[in-house]
Amino acid sequence: MATYNTNMFRSGLKIIIDGDPFNIVENEFVKPGKGQAFNRTKIKNLKTGRVIDKTWKSGESVEAADVIDVAMEYLYTDGEFWYFMDSSTYEQLPAGETALADCLYWLKEQESYQLILWNGTPISVIPPNFVELQIAQCDPGIRGDTAQGATKPATMTTGATIKVPLFIEANDTLRIDTRTGEYVSRVKT
Amino acid sequence: MSEWKPSCTQDVLHDRARMNYTIRAFFSQRQVLEVETPALSQTANTDPYIESFHCKGIDDTGKAQRYLHTSPEYPMKRLLAAGCGDIYQLAKVWRANEVGRQHNPEFTLLEWYRLDFTYHQLMQEVETLLCDLMPEVKRRETQKLSYQQAFMNRLGINPHIATREVLYACVQSENIHISTDLDRSALLDILMTHCVEASFPKQALSFIYDYPANQSALAYVREDNPPVAERFEVYLGSLELGNGYQELQNVDKNTAVLHTEQAYRKKQGIASVPQDKKFLAAMQDGLPFCSGVALGIDRILMAALHKKSIREVLSFAWDIA
Repeated sequence: MATYNTNMFRSGLKIIIDGDPFNIVENEFVKPGKGQAFNRTKIKNLKTGRVIDKTWKSGESVEAADVIDVAMEYLYTDGEFWYFMDSSTYEQLPAGETALADCLYWLKEQESYQLILWNGTPISVIPPNFVELQIAQCDPGIRGDTAQGATKPATMTTGATIKVPLFIEANDTLRIDTRTGEYVSRVKT
Repeated sequence: MSEWKPSCTQDVLHDRARMNYTIRAFFSQRQVLEVETPALSQTANTDPYIESFHCKGIDDTGKAQRYLHTSPEYPMKRLLAAGCGDIYQLAKVWRANEVGRQHNPEFTLLEWYRLDFTYHQLMQEVETLLCDLMPEVKRRETQKLSYQQAFMNRLGINPHIATREVLYACVQSENIHISTDLDRSALLDILMTHCVEASFPKQALSFIYDYPANQSALAYVREDNPPVAERFEVYLGSLELGNGYQELQNVDKNTAVLHTEQAYRKKQGIASVPQDKKFLAAMQDGLPFCSGVALGIDRILMAALHKKSIREVLSFAWDIA
C-alpha cells in the first residue's frame, strides 16, 4: 500500500480516507510558536464532489489513491451505463449514473470528456468547459429584440434548461458554459 | 533551462536591507550589543517539535556530527551568564520540515535579551520596534490578552482547566475535522491556530501572554493556580511574528525542561539529540534576571510589504535555493 506523508501534501495529490478517494485542493502548513505542527487541508471527495476541511498532525501518513485522469470520447448509452472510448487504444469503459451526475446534461456523442478513474473504474466524468447543444424546445424567436438582460427558458436535447436571449430560435444550436450552465452564444450551423 | 531567477523582486532586496539597517539603528540607540554565535554546534535544540538539520564534519567519524542551530538561544544565554549585558543577534536559523506559505526551513531570526526587563516591559519594546518596522500598523489598537482571556473571548472556555473532552467537543463544534486522536496540548494548539488566532484584529498587533505551564519551554513558570509560563507571542493579524520569555534562571528547572523534552522525544520515537551541557553549566553559574524574544524577520517583511507568501521576501526560496 503506497502512502503519502503530510510533508508530501500538495494540491492535486489523491488520497484515500474511509474508503473514498479524495483530491487535495489546498494544503497549508501551520505551527504555533511552541507546539505541534499541523497541515490544514481542503479536500474534495472525488465520488461526491463535496469539499471538506481536514486537519492533519504533521508527519502523519495517509493511503495514496490510485486515481488518474484520462480524456475519453463519449459513444452511447444503453440506459444503464454510458460508454466512453479512449481514442488512441479504442478501449471502451462504461460509467455509471453516479459518475456522470450533472454531466448528463452536457453529454454529446463524439465529444471528449475527462474521466477520473479510481482503480481503473470511472468515478467522475467532467465535461469540457464549453459544449455546443441543440435546442429541443423553446418559444419562437423575437427578431430584433436585443433588450439587455431579457431572457426566456430553452430546453436542450440533453434535458438541460437554460436561460437564453429572446432572439433565439427553436432549432438553434447554442454554445454553453458547463461550469455555470449559462448561455454563451448562438452557433452558426 | 533551469529556473535561476530570484523569488523576490529587486524592491524587496532593498526593503530587507533597509529593515536590517533600522533594526541595527534601533539597538545601537539603546546600547544593545550586536553579537554573533555559532550556527553549527555540537549540540542541538531538544524541543521535540523542532527538528534540527545535522551534518558531518570532514573526518566523517560520526562523532564529528554537528547541528545547525534552530535559534541562537543557548549560546546567547551563555554570553549573558558571562556578563556581556544586553545583546541582540540577526541570525540565519534552520528548522527541518517546516515549509509552507509562512514557513521556509532557512529563515532569519532577530533575537534579543534585556537585563532587568520583565516580559511585560519587553513586550513594550517589541511593540515600539514593530511599529518602526511596519509603519502601517495601528499602534493605538494593539491588544494585550492573556492566553486564557484570548480563549475565553473567542471560544468561551478556560484553556487551563478544560478537560480533553471539553476541548474535543469545542474542536467539533468549530467544524474542524481532525484526522487522528490528539492529546490536550495538541487540541489547544488546534484551537489556537484555527480559531483564536483568526479572531485577532487585522491591522494591529496582538500580544498573548501567560501560557499553560506545559508550553513553557525555557520561560519562567509563575506558581499561580493553575501555574502559568511567563511567555508571550506577538501577532500582526493572525500572522505570528515572535515569541518571548521571562527567562528561566534556576539551573535545576532548566535541566528538567531539557530532560522532559528528551524523554518526550524517546516516547514519541523522535530521534534524540545531544543536550547542551555547556548551556546548563552556564545556568549553574547564573543567568541574570532578564527577558528575551525572537522575531521572524521574513514574516515581518511579509506583513510590511503585504506579501501572501514567504517566498516573495526571500532572494531564493527553499525549492530554488
